[in-house]
Amino acid sequence: MSILTWTYIMVGVTFSLYLSIAWLSRVKTTKGFYVAGGGVSPLANGMATAADWMSAASFISMAGLISFMGYTGSIYLLGWTGGYVLLALLLAPYLRKFGKYTVPDFVGDRYYSDVARFVALVCAIFVSFTYVAGQMRGVGIVFSRFLEVPVNTGVLIGMSIVFFYASLGGMKGITYTQVAQYSVLIVAYLVPAFFISMKITGTFLPQIGFGGTIAEGANAGKYLLDVLNDLNRDLGFAQYTTAFHGPGAKSMLDVFCITMALMVGTAGLPHVIVRFYTVPTVRGARLSAGYALLFIAILYTTAPAIASFARYNMINTINNKAYSEAPSWFQNWEKTGLIAWVDKNQDGVIQYSQGKPFDGKPEFSGEKGSYGQELVANKITDNTNELYIDRDIMVLANPEIANLPPWVIALVAAGGLAAALSTASGLLLVISSSISHDLYYRMINRNASEKQRLMVGRIIIGLAVCVAGYFGINPPGFVAQVVAFAFGLAASSFFPIIVLGIFDKRTNREGAIAGMITGICFTFIYIVNIKFMGGTAWFFNISAEGIGTIGMIINMVITIIVSRITPPPPREVQDMVESIRYPRGAGAGIDH
Amino acid sequence: MKKDLSRYWKKNLSLMVVLLSIWAAVSYGCGILFVEQLNAIKIGGFPLGFWFAQQGAIYTFVCLIFIYYAIMKKVDEEFDVDE
Repeated sequence: MSILTWTYIMVGVTFSLYLSIAWLSRVKTTKGFYVAGGGVSPLANGMATAADWMSAASFISMAGLISFMGYTGSIYLLGWTGGYVLLALLLAPYLRKFGKYTVPDFVGDRYYSDVARFVALVCAIFVSFTYVAGQMRGVGIVFSRFLEVPVNTGVLIGMSIVFFYASLGGMKGITYTQVAQYSVLIVAYLVPAFFISMKITGTFLPQIGFGGTIAEGANAGKYLLDVLNDLNRDLGFAQYTTAFHGPGAKSMLDVFCITMALMVGTAGLPHVIVRFYTVPTVRGARLSAGYALLFIAILYTTAPAIASFARYNMINTINNKAYSEAPSWFQNWEKTGLIAWVDKNQDGVIQYSQGKPFDGKPEFSGEKGSYGQELVANKITDNTNELYIDRDIMVLANPEIANLPPWVIALVAAGGLAAALSTASGLLLVISSSISHDLYYRMINRNASEKQRLMVGRIIIGLAVCVAGYFGINPPGFVAQVVAFAFGLAASSFFPIIVLGIFDKRTNREGAIAGMITGICFTFIYIVNIKFMGGTAWFFNISAEGIGTIGMIINMVITIIVSRITPPPPREVQDMVESIRYPRGAGAGIDH
Repeated sequence: MKKDLSRYWKKNLSLMVVLLSIWAAVSYGCGILFVEQLNAIKIGGFPLGFWFAQQGAIYTFVCLIFIYYAIMKKVDEEFDVDE
């Protein structure tokens, strides 16, 4: 059977599975809709959290990024896993004991202020929309690559599926669908990794394999990472395993700040935090964070292995090869614009080295060169590099590069879709609950009935899906840049005031509002200055991705100082802080 | 009772400090601040600092959460605040 047939089968089967689960777990109450009735087992919640967390970017782009960045790619590996330790120790158990539905709920109640609630609400919605646009685009891309339908049709199909199960089952439907989606995506990620590890290193486990020796070919018997270091050096790149030195490497301070911002940002992301409201007990919340990280770690420890295999394979199969003898996947992916070759020295051979082959992304002129290659209209640079490779190709084309059977390639398509859909649905639910619960019920209509609130929740999901779909079809040019925003803002807004809210009784309304506003403003202005105004990273050369760390520190300092010079919080708030510190009584989570 | 609860809270805080120190040591310590020194040591094909940054720290994170869960379960029962 062809790749296309296999892909239709895999995608068809997985999609029907998600839809049947959604139908079986439809809900009738707001508690079921927002937090799955608080009755999800820690294991299932851990899996759902992992699927929620691992987006199209984790699945498709991360290994490719690491492959080009080498050691520096560790910022993503550390940053996107380490945050779970903070979650498990500093946030999850206490927020579960607090027992309400959303992050703005906690902020609003703890700081006895609708202003604080509103600031948190705006941040939660902004962060979630930033994220969800990228997911819809991911769905569209996978559809267009593997099922040969236009990107826009792909986005529309993705939108209707997500709308169906998110509006029907709310958090409950999403949670159980995510359990299935996790299983699909992890199998899809691991199977090719096992095959490739076996092929290159002769070791089954990729985590061990990439520290092992190469099994065959000219480099047989040498350590893979040593060979990569040499290849990188010869081509003018920074050595693969070396930190902080060489072209394109980041400074130690920058690596430190980016890692911290991603960790703290992870722990402050509303769609991650809200997952811990769905388990029945405080102890369950702790355990669930452990399972979540375990399931995430399975993919995150495989990714750097895939990165090194892909880099080795890629350099080996195409560098210094005549274009006419390049493998068939090269032409296949050339059509999609993810790979391009400009024959600068007119020798018909692909030469790869450090630097950009031309400005920007390839824009094909429609004409063919003398070897049959697609010609680009971009301005050619004057370095020796002739090859443009998009990082996404590393995971998507990996099975083809390694000559794996068609069903494995189809599996990768289903996995990419599972990753994008699961994250999108979690985010849409946060948007819906923020608007229907925090804004409509808590701030506009305090007397809304259960039925009305459910209805508003469903309508908002519908609207949010449309907005997300619109951004998926007409992606704003800045999607890649705004990811820095999502983490930077989560780190500089939520994290400090939630942690202080739990661990410092003296923190009051005035402090929290002042801290949140200064933290956000500093981070926002710094990022906008670099990303949109072409400004320089004036603060110790810390890049836009890492500045959330400084924003967080500013937020903490301001919150503590202002709290100390203004009156302490009222007695009942202090009692509430006292009570969330002890697990007993969480089951009775007050429905308000 | 009141006194017991404050002892429970102190116990929780000191456990957290220990675990978070390990968390910082494996990621920021071994993986970033001392990565160059550790890279001089090799385990198989892995320079040690690189291994911590791309593998070791992540395994440690997972263990830390399960350790916290297990110890707190005991502490909760000891102070009779479990569910």
